[in-house]
Amino acid sequence: MTNILKIIVQRIALGLLTLFTISLLITFGVELLPGDLAESILGQGATPETVKVFRTELGLDKPAHLRYLSWLAGMATGDMGVSLANKREISELIGLRLSNTIFLGGFAATIAVPLALFLGILAALYRNTFYDRAVNVFTLTSISFPEFFVAYILILFFAIKLGWFPGISNVSTELSFGDKLYRTLLPAATLTLVVVAHMMRMTRAAIINLLASPYIEMARLKGIRPMKIIMRHALPNALAPIVNVIALNLAYLVVGVVIVEVVFVYPGLGQLMVDSVSKRDIPVVQACSMIFATVYILLNLSADVISIVTNPRLLHPR
Amino acid sequence: MDRKIDHIKEQLMSGNITRREFAQRLMVLGIAGSSAGTLLTWAEKTQAAAKRGGRLRAGIAHGSTTDSLDPATYENGFMSKINYAIQSHLGEVDHTGSMSPELAESWEPQNGAKTWVFNLRKGVEFHNGKSLDSDDVIASFQHHMGETKSPAKSLLKQVISIRKDGKHTVVFELTGGNADFPFVASDYHIAIKPSKDGKINPTDGIGTGPYVLDKMEMGVRFFGKRNPNYFKADRGWFNELEMLSIVDPTARSNALATGEVDVIDRVDLKTAHLLARKSGIKVEETTGTKHYTFPMRTDTSPYDDNNVRLALKHALNRDEIVEKVLYGHGVVGNDHPIAPSQPFHAATLPQRTYDPDKARFYAKKAGGVKVQLSAADAAFPGAVDAAVLYKEHAAAAGIEIEVVREPSDGYWSNVWMKKPWGACYWGGRPTEDWMFSTAYEGGASWNDTFWKNDRFDKILIEARAETNQNKRREMYFEMQQIVRDKGGVVVPMFANYVFGTSDKIAHGTMAGNWDLDGDKFHERWWYS
Repeated sequence: MTNILKIIVQRIALGLLTLFTISLLITFGVELLPGDLAESILGQGATPETVKVFRTELGLDKPAHLRYLSWLAGMATGDMGVSLANKREISELIGLRLSNTIFLGGFAATIAVPLALFLGILAALYRNTFYDRAVNVFTLTSISFPEFFVAYILILFFAIKLGWFPGISNVSTELSFGDKLYRTLLPAATLTLVVVAHMMRMTRAAIINLLASPYIEMARLKGIRPMKIIMRHALPNALAPIVNVIALNLAYLVVGVVIVEVVFVYPGLGQLMVDSVSKRDIPVVQACSMIFATVYILLNLSADVISIVTNPRLLHPR
Repeated sequence: MDRKIDHIKEQLMSGNITRREFAQRLMVLGIAGSSAGTLLTWAEKTQAAAKRGGRLRAGIAHGSTTDSLDPATYENGFMSKINYAIQSHLGEVDHTGSMSPELAESWEPQNGAKTWVFNLRKGVEFHNGKSLDSDDVIASFQHHMGETKSPAKSLLKQVISIRKDGKHTVVFELTGGNADFPFVASDYHIAIKPSKDGKINPTDGIGTGPYVLDKMEMGVRFFGKRNPNYFKADRGWFNELEMLSIVDPTARSNALATGEVDVIDRVDLKTAHLLARKSGIKVEETTGTKHYTFPMRTDTSPYDDNNVRLALKHALNRDEIVEKVLYGHGVVGNDHPIAPSQPFHAATLPQRTYDPDKARFYAKKAGGVKVQLSAADAAFPGAVDAAVLYKEHAAAAGIEIEVVREPSDGYWSNVWMKKPWGACYWGGRPTEDWMFSTAYEGGASWNDTFWKNDRFDKILIEARAETNQNKRREMYFEMQQIVRDKGGVVVPMFANYVFGTSDKIAHGTMAGNWDLDGDKFHERWWYS
């Protein structure tokens, strides 16, 4: 157990280092883009005088490394700073968006993960049957289409032709939980269609891989039912790769959904980040990327920990 | 006479006068008998038709998380519509394109239009209960003057001083005569906000507008409730106003088609005819001052040679561009920026047409034309397509155009006014003087053709102070001709504002100065 704790601590330290590197890359990456916030906000209305006044007001006249250091100092004390564009507290700006993103991601995950595992296990059980082929063809088709296309198809049938669901996911804080679920079902379904294939195929492959092992053959010779062999004997040993793929897809559900957000007009974190990048609102970009990076690091960390717990051999790399 | 009738019609519709006053004014104009009867029936119908109530939900093509309520930073259609929902201005552009009173009850020029006296409406209340007075107006103007980031600063450079003359009168002193000053003073940036100790709080969202700000999430949603004390009795019909930022055109059409919103702006032109076919949906359009241009830097070779400019102006098939880029939702331009809907538009000026022979003639005089045209869809939707069409048209006249596709990101900072020839758009300006002095007067900061013509500059200043309408008209005609024949800009087209509404929405004659009835759809329209 102490070994696991040691690994977690190590990973967290490494994670912090990764975050620091990312913040550097992001800051100077955005800095390299042409123009700054003052120019983008004023657009055609930017004259040298107005831009100068605006820059001084925003503190953009200071050199980039000084601005970065003061941001870093704030971040270390948990203060994300204020948006350059409208002076709002970034924590407040992000709070609602983040909860929306997590809501949608969580909703999609509660459908997608059990569904993928279920389909994958069945596909392993009835491998090379018609069912197996059909599931593979269907999930691979849905992952092969771009997300916006899947989204438009769902909108066409379920919102426009049948009228069962709203065509856009206009959620606001006044809505009840049930209403929110109803309004986000189409985007969640889109995301589900996009992520299921990956997890499903990994489940199937990992289990089939094990089915050739001698201990499974032994189990079969003992006369255990195929379903029980898979659930009791194969699945626990196949968990490590499956958990890794699930973690990857969960991370995707949080950080990669900007296209679905745009199509369904869903106010999530992705749109906030895109807006901020295009307007060069650096503090907001930094805050968003820190959140995205943290999500990735934490999910990978938990995937590793779960893999190790289910397969203690991994604690002692050769 | 028609203009006067239109004006009192407008006043009646905006609730500035009652039906009784309307009838009295008709009498003053000497209108009696059957035509007066028709007008009075019209007046009755208009007033009977408009109904109060409901929640108007609109999907707007703009809006960004980086927006701010500060009037000095309004740069997109979402903030512009919020601006008109929560705030008012001294005057407003009506559906005829002229200026009608809003917070100012009346105005008058003195001293050759160098001094302007604005009389404020009495008894107007801000959303926070404060009564409107001269100090608020002065503080609201000062927000855009001096050390400021406001784009309205250059407009207000002509103002030497603003002083109050009592609680409800404000006097502006200008550097030179400007007959169009009420238009300038009603620029959308200059929202009138409550002042405290001579300063406004730019981001408090408080104004005198038809809707009171209730919830606002930048780049996502605006929610407002009807202002019960709104000073226009017959405007602002909806009880609640909800505007969503829906930037993606397909999502916007979906939202309207599935009944999630009642109004969308900027209908995707490619699919507008399909949207119109759906039952319960209307697609409407207004022609305004919005135009798309190809400005050439006349201080840079080869565009410093007018033969090159004329060759290029003749080498473009405008009709095809309007047909293929605007899908017919627009009218051809005549190489000057004054729209057909504007009062001093030179309709008698011959329309420039596609003439490869003339183009070849001028190109030969210039010793051959081989140029690069920079375009990106940030300039206007379809700019790259238009540039490619242009290249093909010009090739028929032996003119070689190489289309350079520029990145949309940073287009206004890195390409516009930097590259010698590019694409650009103008929302247009409500007056001829404003448009010309913004982008055509020698040395103006947005003179994107870097063009200077002494004769043009001279009449421009004379016309600005001229109060005789006929003389002004002649002067503006001449200016349009000069820009058309000597200027550095190709103006292929004026683009319509195309928007979609549910058929439950009703409205009067619409203004074309901005999208959606001058961005005032929320106060002018109603549920039928």
